[in-house]
Amino acid sequence: MTLLLEMRGITKEFPGVKALDQVNLQVREGEIHAICGENGAGKSTLMKVLSGVYPVGSYDGEIHYDGGLAEFRTLRDSEDKGIVIIHQELALVPQLSIAENIFLGNERQAGGVIQWQETFRRTEELLAKVGLRDAPGTLVDSIGVGKQQLVEIAKALSKDVKLLILDEPTAALQENDSRKLLDLMLELKAQGVTCIIISHKLNEVRYVADTVTVIRDGMAVSELDASQGLSEDQIVRDMVGRDMSQRYPDRERRAGEVVMAVKDWNVWHPEHAERQVIKNINFNVRAGEVVGIAGVMGSGRTELAMSIFGQSWGRNISGEVSLHGTPIDVSKVDRAIANGLAYVTEDRKSLGLILDESIRFNTTLSNLGGVSDKGVLNEAEETEVAERYRKALATRTPTVMQQVGNLSGGNQQKVVLAKWLFTEPEVLILDEPTRGIDVGAKYEIYSIINELSAEGKAVVMISSEMPELLGMCDRIYVMNEGAFVGELSAEEASQERIMSLIVSE
Amino acid sequence: MSTQTAETAGQSEGQGLKHYLRNHMREYGLLFALIAIMVFFQAVTGGTLMRPVNITNLFLQNSYIIIMALGMLIVIVSGNIDLSVGSVLGFIGALAAVMIVHWGWPVPLTILACLVVGGLIGAAQGYWVAYWSIPSFIVTLAGMLVFRGASLWLLQGQSVGPFPPGFQMLSTGFVPDLFPREMTAGLAEIAGSRNFNLLAMGVGIIAAVAIVWLGLRERARDKAYGIEGEPANFFWVRNAIVCGALLFLTFKIATFRGLPNVLVTMGVLIIIYAFITQKTVIGRRIYALGGNRKAAKLSGIKTERLTFLAFVNMGVLAALAGLVFAARLNTATPKAGFGMELDVIAAVFIGGASMAGGSGKIVGAVVGAFIMGVMNNGMSIMGIGIDYQQMIKGLVLLAAVIFDVYNKSKQG
Repeated sequence: MTLLLEMRGITKEFPGVKALDQVNLQVREGEIHAICGENGAGKSTLMKVLSGVYPVGSYDGEIHYDGGLAEFRTLRDSEDKGIVIIHQELALVPQLSIAENIFLGNERQAGGVIQWQETFRRTEELLAKVGLRDAPGTLVDSIGVGKQQLVEIAKALSKDVKLLILDEPTAALQENDSRKLLDLMLELKAQGVTCIIISHKLNEVRYVADTVTVIRDGMAVSELDASQGLSEDQIVRDMVGRDMSQRYPDRERRAGEVVMAVKDWNVWHPEHAERQVIKNINFNVRAGEVVGIAGVMGSGRTELAMSIFGQSWGRNISGEVSLHGTPIDVSKVDRAIANGLAYVTEDRKSLGLILDESIRFNTTLSNLGGVSDKGVLNEAEETEVAERYRKALATRTPTVMQQVGNLSGGNQQKVVLAKWLFTEPEVLILDEPTRGIDVGAKYEIYSIINELSAEGKAVVMISSEMPELLGMCDRIYVMNEGAFVGELSAEEASQERIMSLIVSE
Repeated sequence: MSTQTAETAGQSEGQGLKHYLRNHMREYGLLFALIAIMVFFQAVTGGTLMRPVNITNLFLQNSYIIIMALGMLIVIVSGNIDLSVGSVLGFIGALAAVMIVHWGWPVPLTILACLVVGGLIGAAQGYWVAYWSIPSFIVTLAGMLVFRGASLWLLQGQSVGPFPPGFQMLSTGFVPDLFPREMTAGLAEIAGSRNFNLLAMGVGIIAAVAIVWLGLRERARDKAYGIEGEPANFFWVRNAIVCGALLFLTFKIATFRGLPNVLVTMGVLIIIYAFITQKTVIGRRIYALGGNRKAAKLSGIKTERLTFLAFVNMGVLAALAGLVFAARLNTATPKAGFGMELDVIAAVFIGGASMAGGSGKIVGAVVGAFIMGVMNNGMSIMGIGIDYQQMIKGLVLLAAVIFDVYNKSKQG
């Protein structure tokens, strides 16, 4: 079989990070090629290079496509050549109909006037191809995520796609919708469409893929041929098989009494009422303990944390949260805080900080009662508090009146931590506490976490970086598709075991 | 100390000044704009602008705009807008007229009832904005139409008046001088006027002293924590200008009829609202809400309740402004308050608030209102037609906001 696509020696650097390092990728015409790798391994970056999101010149290496050297400058360039990406977050306009979405930006027109009859006729043909029986005029809003995914594929087909790239296509789908989608991929393959699928789910990869490329730390580490049989163990080992080069500060491990226990926790999606996002979760965390929650993106970790913290996410929430054995009220954020909970969000810029305001403003925001008397703020005391945390956490800033928007990611994270430490919580839930910050600052954050646990605080740590969880936690819960699928002690936990718990679902 | 180190120290201080000025361009710019506009109109009107009677009038004419600007600032800082205030002002004026003139209610009861109704109107609108997340633009646009219609209905399309003197005092009354006339006669002679209101002058002097004293206390505190504050020379120049202007204006007022009642009301409200927004927990939370609603909510702030309260407060202040306005005209007309919401909103934006919420100060909104007020007044004295006046005011609003955005982009 001839090669449709060959990427040779692709290297892409961002300031301070080498996202891709001499990656080679060969995709044969008419095959389904799976790309596997951990979060942050460089899969999405590679696809952005391929599709022209990162234009030619911004990376090193060559792309050969369809018998020629490809030099894409925009997404449009690659689409013109028949390369279409379908992202994890769907790019459909919910208020428009299926037909309008399919031909968005590519309207069937005559002198600027849309030819509705042709649009609808072609839409019907395309929908038949993907096995969707909804009318072309149906609003995208009113069909489920699974069908929306099919509309995306129909949209891709409308552009005479040669190479279809699906980024985590089944992440948001239910079991039977996933199966339908995978079957559609096989059908498209039979019609001569080449596919690249990015997925965590190895059973799905095994079901559809002809070839698997594994990417780790920005390098393509292996290419496996399905005709010789794919072993999930092999893929898992290749995905996580790095040395534990990152260092974690040492910590004396001594877990005390159970501080927080969560019982039978269930949460439904706020917009799609039929989707249960958190399924009957039970867990606890002890004083002085750091408990990790592992899982891939979309497994429901953030939703779990936010639903516990004042029901900030989801609806129809049921279950019980208790502190030292007594059930507590966590139905509102202020009550959760008053009862000793703190939640450090994964998205500090949009959910954690008021970026236009000062460090001082942000530090005291969750506990203004602590720096005021009868509702009147004591600014001197506020400054004192902000200074105290600036020193304790070694936040690098000229003064505490600095706008937090001007700080680096690591220092911003310290301000968020300061804000929550000032509420004097008993349980601290940290969601991706080191996301987007550099290695040095990460070490400092780890040290702060260790100090907190040494003080007897109970820490729950959610992270997509497995080495981080293995390096920091006393216990790790493994989460997948809204449920806990395993619990590992520090001794028994390894990347392979976590990964195989996730993929065995 | 060698000359070299002295030089470098001077240099870095100079850079510090430049840096400081750049970051605080807005505040100084606003103050100087107001002064420049006053000086300009003083010159082109041949001194009419600053005559005691006109200064007093300026305060009376703009009092209701400023009272509403206080509430509007809070609404805008919280990330919303209220388009209904002009209509609410008209409606409350009409309600007061009906209560007093048609029903014969006593004045104090009427005032109380009107303020309560204002609060209820704010609550009715704030409820949808806060608890149903309906955009405030829509809710208050509806409110604007509803209350415009409601005042027409209340007044049956007629003007209702006049009000009893007790009610007119709200707006046109003056605080009597505490000091006997014999004491102030000499001062009046020196000032070259018929009388001299020592109380007004005294209040002006006390206010000036208080401003400087509070400023110094703040500086001392900042210094104790090593916070880079305003450079000393800036502080003194700014205070000299502010206090100079304040003393000048109170002197003018003192040589006319003294402190207007409404100026006292306004002054007290300005102080209260400046204090609430800058020094209290609730004020702080409103800025957090406007700065980043989601982050504020996740910090345990009851964002819905705060939004609701911001609208209730706006309703009460719009009602108060309605009473003042009706008392000033001594009649309630169906056209009262027409388009006034735009003047109020313009004042807040000229004063430096951001449409996106989370920033803006009470003092800024007050100065913004005075800039609009002085321009109205000055252009009217000059005999410029309402057509040109509107165009000029529109361009000033645009220029102020462009200046803001330009400054911000340079800082970032």
